[in-house]
Amino acid sequence: MPDALRQFADTYLMWQEGPMIWISDVLILLTSIGIVATLTYFKKWKWLWREWLTTVDHKKIGIMYLIAALLMMFRGGADGLLMRTQLAAPGMHFLDAEHYDQIFTTHGTIMILFMAMPFIFAMFNIVVPLQIGARDVAFPYLNAISFWLFFFGALLFNISFVFGGSPDAGWFSYPPLSELQFDPGPGENFYLLALQISGIGSIATGINFLATILKMRAPGMTLMRMPLFTWSVVAACIVIIFAFPALTVALALLMLDRIVGTHFFTILHGGNPMMYINLFWVWGHPEVYIVVLPAFGIFSEVVATFSRKRVFGYSSMVASLILISVISYFVWAHHFFTMGAGADVNTFFAVASMAVGIPTGVKVFNWLFTMYRGRIRLNLPMLWTIAFVPCFALGGATGIMLAAAPADYQYHNSYFLIAHFHQVLIGGVVFGMLAGMYYWWPKMFGFKLDERIGRWAFWFFNIGFYVCFMPQYALGFMGMQRRMYTYPADMGWGTLNFISTVGAYLMGIGFVLIVAQVLYSIKYGERDLTGDPWDGRTLEWSLPSPVPHYNFAVIPTVTDRDYWWKLKEEGRTDELKPKPEDIQPIHMPKNSGRPFIMGVLFFVAGLGFVFNWYVLAVLGLLGVVVTLLARSFEYDDEYYIQPEEVEHVEAALGRL
Amino acid sequence: MAVAEKALGHAHGHLSGADLAKPLEYQDPHQSVRILGFWLFLATDMLLFGCLFATYLVLHTHTDGGPTAKELFDIPGFTAETFILLTSSFTGGLATLAMRNRNKKQVLAWLAVTILLGLSFVGLEAQEFYKDVLEGATMQRSAFLSAFFTLVGTHGSHVSLGIVWMFSILLQVAKRGLTQVTARKIFIVNLYWHFLDVVWVFIFTVVYLFGVVL
Repeated sequence: MPDALRQFADTYLMWQEGPMIWISDVLILLTSIGIVATLTYFKKWKWLWREWLTTVDHKKIGIMYLIAALLMMFRGGADGLLMRTQLAAPGMHFLDAEHYDQIFTTHGTIMILFMAMPFIFAMFNIVVPLQIGARDVAFPYLNAISFWLFFFGALLFNISFVFGGSPDAGWFSYPPLSELQFDPGPGENFYLLALQISGIGSIATGINFLATILKMRAPGMTLMRMPLFTWSVVAACIVIIFAFPALTVALALLMLDRIVGTHFFTILHGGNPMMYINLFWVWGHPEVYIVVLPAFGIFSEVVATFSRKRVFGYSSMVASLILISVISYFVWAHHFFTMGAGADVNTFFAVASMAVGIPTGVKVFNWLFTMYRGRIRLNLPMLWTIAFVPCFALGGATGIMLAAAPADYQYHNSYFLIAHFHQVLIGGVVFGMLAGMYYWWPKMFGFKLDERIGRWAFWFFNIGFYVCFMPQYALGFMGMQRRMYTYPADMGWGTLNFISTVGAYLMGIGFVLIVAQVLYSIKYGERDLTGDPWDGRTLEWSLPSPVPHYNFAVIPTVTDRDYWWKLKEEGRTDELKPKPEDIQPIHMPKNSGRPFIMGVLFFVAGLGFVFNWYVLAVLGLLGVVVTLLARSFEYDDEYYIQPEEVEHVEAALGRL
Repeated sequence: MAVAEKALGHAHGHLSGADLAKPLEYQDPHQSVRILGFWLFLATDMLLFGCLFATYLVLHTHTDGGPTAKELFDIPGFTAETFILLTSSFTGGLATLAMRNRNKKQVLAWLAVTILLGLSFVGLEAQEFYKDVLEGATMQRSAFLSAFFTLVGTHGSHVSLGIVWMFSILLQVAKRGLTQVTARKIFIVNLYWHFLDVVWVFIFTVVYLFGVVL
């Protein structure tokens, strides 16, 4: 028996891997025990199930996405710090090559798919229905499914660290390296299954929000009266719908290669690895626009609010969003100019890549013109927005350098590239999402995040960012390639790498300060009693904070862009307070535990495929089919909130 | 009931109230928004097949000395599959038409016919695959065969899932009759079915016809 136990521990728990895994195991165990004990002690299990795990309320789902995104930012950030520690000096042995491979793989995958994606979905969920004057999304039940698929996909990915081994073929897992022959462990399977499961959720979210925005807007809110964040969600959803299926196919075919033994991307028997790389980037490049477009939307909202001006060039903002989403499909080959496709193909993709800069430039100028002669307030959302502009402009400029195909032969896969995409993704997406989080935090929770700690966090993170990534541009020119786990001293890269590591730690301190800020503000943050703490312009600020679960007691009729601002200017804000005679029964979706269970079943099926335990996999998939059928036969899934209850809630909020 | 009807106009968006001039499946805005959602889903599914077609086109000459398309494809077999699937799409359309004419019996009958035709299509395809495998043309033999089985098999599993789904809707119509909800379900499952038919037309052309001719 002890032999069997030891074998199990070696195969699945990776007991021979050393102290890092042991410490992780212990920490995970302690945290789990802590969570279970706390929930039991405070008798919160029922509350957790009723209020959160079974909810179909877009606001709660949004909050869960936000929490998940911040946790994943921690995990991905810890990976980043481990890498920077290893690279701080030449010839370090803090990590060995194998662990370094795993850590850069999980860092990239987590930051893009399990941090950036849930962060934008958090914003979609929390903001869109409120901005368009709706009571929920078009398909609330599907929305819950999307969340739980994301959640269990992320869990499956993260569990690989302590159970079976992490993926180690890079965040885009190029074959033939990621084929079974060269990468036999379960790590790659974890990558494939986790991304597949959460990808299904993402596709559903794209469909859901596009249908919501097209069909559920308040009367009078024509498309060209929609707030720009909502427009950015339209653009992002279109890209999700048309890009994610390519990822689904790329992952599925690689999975078939690994599990069934097909030859799509193998070297032998006629396979073609470049096909995977094309499919992956047909999704992968649009993906970066999926995450950055909503950030653009947030900047547009923040700039207008904190400059107290209508956004400059609304129509051109909308046009450039749509243009970016279209061009984003025609740039994917710039990730592999060195493939050898020939000058004609490379020229097309180089020109298209540079063309993205045009609509993006339009947006940057519009933000600047909005600020011009505005009455600017430098609150936290605006601070991050202003920091974004130069950061993104610089990232865009190095992007143009990379887009020049002949020159790219020099930069390809060097630290110059690493610095470039971190600059656009951190400067664009992370700054944008943090701006959005600060901006809508009072709407979610009813209190502001503390400005003072927030400013410290802002400066640590921003200075840290430049200290970390500017040296990497130079390192790229000096010949340092990505994914090197160590380097000899005589290359002369030591100093710049050390500076870069210092910057990474400064960013880490910035993140810790943000966490401290949240914890501090829960208790001491300024309460938002008006529902409109920033003097906002759009409909969500006409509601109390936090918003009652039916959102609008009476659906407003919109007559203008920035409707709430217009009402404030004309002193007509009382028009949006509900009158008792107007309150009707409100039709709402019922909570359901099935989306959660479906997520669990997908997780079980995923685990089955990862370890080639096909009985488990088939059982999981059958379970999924059963939950789908159960949903199909469910007819009683909606209820009405009676007017008395609505009046009661509104009266308690002092709005009647 | 009165409450429910009054509330319809204030539903969880503010989808405006029921419009009886529209076809049954579109009358209730809560149902018609789902039809829009399904069209969007079909766009994603179309892209999925698009990527599989692209993969097939890149790999279809990579036979690695194994069986080629010309040697493998059986003209009477795939012709029969094509006619059966196209006919099932027609009978599916008849089910939608019967739904709009509020004829429950006909709906059930045409759905049953469609399911049976779908089953025979899947049966023929399984038989074709089985025969290929016996001849040594397995998915693992060459990149061409990997791509072929995956593209055609993905379509086949879509059809199989569609059969299960259509059967569950048949049961619901039998139990609940033709309501705005069941009408929407009949309409959507037939949208799906027609979509699979269109995909098959491309498989028939790009895979089978080009395969035996070129």
